[in-house]
Amino acid sequence: MQTRDKSGSVSRRQFVAAGVIGGAVLASGCKTAGNADWEFFTPGEARTLAAICDQIIPADDFPSASQAGVVNYIDRQLARFYRPHRDAYREGLQKAQKLSRGSHSKELEALAAEQQLQMAFLIEKEQAEFFEMVRRHTFEGYYGSPRHGGNRDAVSWRMLGLSEPPLLGRAQYDLRKADRK
Amino acid sequence: MKRVNAVVIGAGAAGGIVAKELACAGLSVVLLERGRWNTAADCRKDDLRNQRTTVLGNAFGPEEEGNPRVWVDARGQANTALPNEGAYQNNAACVGGGTLSYGAQAWRYMPQDFRMRSTYGAPAGSSLEDWPISYDDLEPFYDKAEWEIGVSGDYSGTPFKGPRRRDLPMPPLPPGKEFGILEPAARRLGLHPFHIPMARNSIPYNGRGPCMRCRWCVGFACEVDAKNGSQNTVIPVALNTGNCELRTGCMVKEILADERGRARGVSYFDDRGQLQEQPADVVVVSGCAVESARLLLNSKSNLFPNGLGNRYDQVGRHFQGHHYTGAVGYFDFETYDDIGPGATIAISDYNHGTPGLCGGGMLANEFIRLPIHMVDRMPPGTARWGLAHKQAMRQWHKQSIVIMGPTQQIPTAAGRVTVDPAAKDKWGIPVARFEGNSHPHTFEIGDKQAQRAEAWLKEAGAIHTSQMTHKTEIVSAGQHQAGTCRMGNDPHGSVVNRFCQVHDVDNLFVIDSSVHVTNGGFNPVLTIMAIAYYASDALVRTWKGTGLRS
Repeated sequence: MQTRDKSGSVSRRQFVAAGVIGGAVLASGCKTAGNADWEFFTPGEARTLAAICDQIIPADDFPSASQAGVVNYIDRQLARFYRPHRDAYREGLQKAQKLSRGSHSKELEALAAEQQLQMAFLIEKEQAEFFEMVRRHTFEGYYGSPRHGGNRDAVSWRMLGLSEPPLLGRAQYDLRKADRK
Repeated sequence: MKRVNAVVIGAGAAGGIVAKELACAGLSVVLLERGRWNTAADCRKDDLRNQRTTVLGNAFGPEEEGNPRVWVDARGQANTALPNEGAYQNNAACVGGGTLSYGAQAWRYMPQDFRMRSTYGAPAGSSLEDWPISYDDLEPFYDKAEWEIGVSGDYSGTPFKGPRRRDLPMPPLPPGKEFGILEPAARRLGLHPFHIPMARNSIPYNGRGPCMRCRWCVGFACEVDAKNGSQNTVIPVALNTGNCELRTGCMVKEILADERGRARGVSYFDDRGQLQEQPADVVVVSGCAVESARLLLNSKSNLFPNGLGNRYDQVGRHFQGHHYTGAVGYFDFETYDDIGPGATIAISDYNHGTPGLCGGGMLANEFIRLPIHMVDRMPPGTARWGLAHKQAMRQWHKQSIVIMGPTQQIPTAAGRVTVDPAAKDKWGIPVARFEGNSHPHTFEIGDKQAQRAEAWLKEAGAIHTSQMTHKTEIVSAGQHQAGTCRMGNDPHGSVVNRFCQVHDVDNLFVIDSSVHVTNGGFNPVLTIMAIAYYASDALVRTWKGTGLRS
């Protein structure tokens, strides 16, 4: 089903789906945390969540959580299967901002990387249940199937050295030599 | 609706076989299934939504909404469980049942598994009991299941098994890398490793091709239809007889009893939500342990005020499954070959015979793992998140092996399925409620199994290991659920007789894992199938045209 968002372009959901099918070329055009039209989050909430997710899976020579689409994954699911977690996210993100302003007088996403890491430890301690939920969902988004908006271009699978697209129908072992002991 | 000879409730491992056996014997059969018939298009490989990893729901039912269950925690508090949660104890709701998406390990139980009480004595507080039938009674039907459903593997490496009339119909799949690492290590420990029996084609069989060895196996439907379940073996045969009608999307509300105390048919909600009645000479309940017990308990009438088969408060008791424990080993070389199904090697040295332990279980390497399965299985001391966790995933995902196995649970009468007094499903039918737990000795056996798994991994060269043990708050039944309509000779202590016939309703049968007195230290499906063949055989032999020969 083709739906158009307000600006008349193909909706982000379809765009992401197209990215998955099209592979690397299209995927690089997927929207990131900064400019997406979110299904559930406000742009501010998305930035805050991205800051937390990127401490759970930071960038090294492979993308961070938000770069791989984890915030998109969580956002999409909050409009679908994770609907019951909406309040937990809304309130949890507000509390996290409060913690950040309290200790650094700044928004979480405006902090330097090192301070964000400190904040992540603080959130884990002060908002244990919320942090655990975000941690779980971040891993799902990063290591799960690309079709849900995360693991963009199967980047985590490539990182782990798994063939992508997968090789199927191989006969790597000779059936005649099967161990029949 | 037109009367039929038999209505079979549930098109899973057992129901599919019963329908086929009865239809082939000439009986008219209606097979009712609450789920749908999936097609090749439903075989999508979704790491987050399948029948094993359910963070985004179950791919093969039931749906998240309108199908709650209730579980009572250790403090006596009742909680709602949704189908994607562990406490729900889900199997599946579709044609084929669990066999559409299972890992397909197709084990025979060992002779001792049928006489646990005689072998070990019942621990205080347990309801450990012998079966009224023996391994030898089931052997011909194990054989039939192996050949009709199609099992590959090779038992010849182990002396720990019952006698068998012939080999499996298919050789094992060629061994993968983990087999090569674990096999010599097991031998050095004096163990007897061998190829896991699997209801999976290793060669063309039954008109379908062999396994293509992909990464998405347990929890997924097979893209090339190489995994053998009731949906691609017996059910098509049943339908081809012309004697069997399969109705999907049909939820049975209750089994109806007549004024003489015999079953006269079932009432069910059809796929449009309309309440229908299907009269039948014989009713066979094959809904799996949770739903079969629930249906009997919900089938109340003047003669059966506490539900059918429940005159002595036995329905739902002795609820069991398996207590899974094991270990993860981390190696300084690659162990991962990306070749499914992954689980290839097992030992059954530890199923029986350890002094002080009532049984044990099989140990095997785990199915091929998806990355999401490993995020909380990093070596001890690894950070739970952050850069260190990410790098640990990169380092260890292809350098680890998981060994685990189903510890045979010691059942209790208090570990049971009842019907919740308040919660109802979307049809308005009272839902299943779980109470009680397995006997605590179960956890002692499980801990020992984890140590053994760890020792095997160390011998294989693991440089780090971590045990996977836990103590559950309720019975861990899940897809291996069993025991709720115990088979026995004494009507006061069981629900069905040795032919799966409800003690006081002679045309009502329960044929599925519910009748398991104990659940073996192995995946239960082949035993469920063998019992379905065995009980169908008895039913057909006593059939006299429009009813049963007494």
